[in-house]
Amino acid sequence: MPTTDELKQRIETAIPGAEADVVDLTGGGDHFRATVVAAEFAGLSRIEQHRRVYAVFGPEIGGPIHALSLVTRPEA
Amino acid sequence: MSTPEQQISTAIQEAIAENDVLLFMKGTPEQPMCGFSARTVAALEAVGTPFAAVDILPDPRIRQQLSALSNWPTIPQLFVKGELVGGCDIVTEMYETGELAEVLGVTPPADAPEHAPVAAEPGAPPLTIDNNLVDRS
Repeated sequence: MPTTDELKQRIETAIPGAEADVVDLTGGGDHFRATVVAAEFAGLSRIEQHRRVYAVFGPEIGGPIHALSLVTRPEA
Repeated sequence: MSTPEQQISTAIQEAIAENDVLLFMKGTPEQPMCGFSARTVAALEAVGTPFAAVDILPDPRIRQQLSALSNWPTIPQLFVKGELVGGCDIVTEMYETGELAEVLGVTPPADAPEHAPVAAEPGAPPLTIDNNLVDRS
């Protein structure tokens, strides 16, 4: 079961310079919300920003990670 | 002969082309089966747009083919004029900033709430019972 720390680390490793804040929405280890701030999001649409984060987890989204709710921004 | 997967994919593409505002969701607008779908429906209703909806639950291949087409892993997915706008997070964020009404080309009703409405958690799905035990002839 993924933890919030694990998700945070994986996002920050995959997206250089990103800062991620991850919370477990239900305490069940499968519904998460991540707020991700990354300079490389500048100029990308929301869809593209979210796709970038979803891509970190690939098929785990909808699998072990039942839901990953996202808020993304290019700067803090 | 096309495979069932190809047929589903074609049907999805036709639905997206034929409906200006189309929501792929779990359940129906009247009976959403997931909190994220419920919240997205609530935002669309609050902003005052008519929309079409497709329930992806009846066959897992609908979701597989949809995600393959849209390059988007989760449900719900809102399409406006053939373009993916986003899922629950993006739709509620756009509701709050006013972009949703703009993209949809509608003027929200005067009494539309400032914040995206939080839908009630969906209840347990109703049992569908097919009963052939009793001979009614």
